[in-house]
Amino acid sequence: MTVALHIQNLTRRFNDLVAVDNISFDIDQGEIFGLLGPNGAGKTTTLSMLATMLNPTSGSATVNGIDIGQDPDGVRKSIGIVFQDQSLDEELTAWENMDFHGRLYRIPAEIRKQRITELLQLVELYDRRDDIVKTFSGGMRRRLEIARGLLHHPSVLFLDEPTLGLDPQTRNHLWTYIATLAKEKGITIILTTHYMDEADRLCNRVAIIDHGRIIAMDTPENLKDGLGGDLVTIKSPNPAGVAEALKEPWVARLETHNDEVVVSLKNADQFVSTIVTVLNSRQVPITSISIHKPTLEDVFLSFTGKTIREQEADHKETMRTFQRMRRH
Amino acid sequence: MDIIYTIWLRNMKRYIRSKSRIIGSISMPLFFLLFLGFGLNSVVQLPGMGGNYIVFLVPGMVAMSVMFTSVFSGIQIIWDKQFGFLKETLVAPVSRLEIMLGQTAGGATTAVLQGFMILVISLFIGLHVSDVAGFLIALLFMVLIGISFTAFGIAIASRMDDMTGFQLIMNFVIFPIFGLSGALFPISSLPPWIAPVILVDPLTYGVEGIRYGLTGVSQINPVVCCAVIGGFALAMTVAGAYLFRKITI
Repeated sequence: MTVALHIQNLTRRFNDLVAVDNISFDIDQGEIFGLLGPNGAGKTTTLSMLATMLNPTSGSATVNGIDIGQDPDGVRKSIGIVFQDQSLDEELTAWENMDFHGRLYRIPAEIRKQRITELLQLVELYDRRDDIVKTFSGGMRRRLEIARGLLHHPSVLFLDEPTLGLDPQTRNHLWTYIATLAKEKGITIILTTHYMDEADRLCNRVAIIDHGRIIAMDTPENLKDGLGGDLVTIKSPNPAGVAEALKEPWVARLETHNDEVVVSLKNADQFVSTIVTVLNSRQVPITSISIHKPTLEDVFLSFTGKTIREQEADHKETMRTFQRMRRH
Repeated sequence: MDIIYTIWLRNMKRYIRSKSRIIGSISMPLFFLLFLGFGLNSVVQLPGMGGNYIVFLVPGMVAMSVMFTSVFSGIQIIWDKQFGFLKETLVAPVSRLEIMLGQTAGGATTAVLQGFMILVISLFIGLHVSDVAGFLIALLFMVLIGISFTAFGIAIASRMDDMTGFQLIMNFVIFPIFGLSGALFPISSLPPWIAPVILVDPLTYGVEGIRYGLTGVSQINPVVCCAVIGGFALAMTVAGAYLFRKITI
């Protein structure tokens, strides 16, 4: 396996805020790699540095063996990027947006025309090629941006929240494209998302990032298996009592969050009656019990002690402070 | 060169499509020309300039049209910043100097086209262009004004995050430059204390240059005009390129 990205001790500060804190990892060629985390965790900052849009405070990275600090133009030639916010010229047509991009990357006219046709067909926008982008829906714009990102045949494609704000159907559609693309063209894809289910389905490997640090990195399966089997969530007015009662050898892990106790165990369905019996015998009241297969959301919860939603509420305050700092 | 052309091409496409902008930016100098021109034609006596105020006003209005359009074209970078398109350009493997020069070329071209429209309209209300050479001289000055003020707009836009400061720039920089340029009145008819102010205004030399080309008369030697506005165009391009290099998004 060839290494597509090599990241070493990458750090970025904005005044006192450490947005990305000393991260290191490698991504193999052809991999679909997901950076997961709540808003403000440092995902976009990491991508910006890898795409040479932002200089790191310290540390280094290479993309396709090219150092981001020493040869940013070389890096830019070999990457494609789809930004979190739209970056199309709305006054131009779909074709003109593609053509502009092709010219910026100095693709010869013949090849440019051929590739634009091919890519617009791929994202099903060929029929709308001469329409002004202003008339496009959010999903169409996203597809056009992804097509544009592929025009210069990058070997690494960065997708920053590519499905943010899209309806579920369009999202599904887009992910199918992305998966097909990765397979057919052999490109390495690095994407950020805070839809854990999407990452689970699509990525070969994910890194969970929070407060600028990587707190876990593995295949989605391994991360979920790491939780020790199925998850049983017991809601109770007396969570401490539940935790105390379930200190049994067949419970692999046990965590308390507010009024819930989450226990991990193998073959949970066979143990439900046992759990109920144990709790009843100790006279611990039960509000509800549910069993589910672990998701990346649970992985996030177990590593950070918070759900991604709670974490985002925290980050909003940080981000506000951060924006105030930038303005002054 | 190919990148400069690409950026220029985008500017042209946008320009041709924005009918309202074309009409919008042509209307102000046109109204000035008509209202001031016809209104003051019989009242204003211009010593030694043939006495026709409309003809005197035409070069000023052409310069005004070129200047306002070009500043606006330069400032457009702010919109590209806000709508995200600038990122697409900045992340491409091209130098920022090329992007800036392309934007300047595009802005200057649209500005000259706008000025040219005023020029054509003026032919119907009394302007006579007798020789081709004079016309080409006027065109040269229009191009220099266009380059200067597009680059100026880019320099401003590189330092601004949104359009809120635009009105301020318009009122306190652009309008005074226009008002003090001798576009509306002959320099010699002003009180002597204001003359130095007019002579440091770069647009004065642009207006006088166009006036020389179109009417054959000017109060400042056209060679001096060309040197000053040419130097100003160069200085603004350097300043714009420098500030644009440091633009962050």
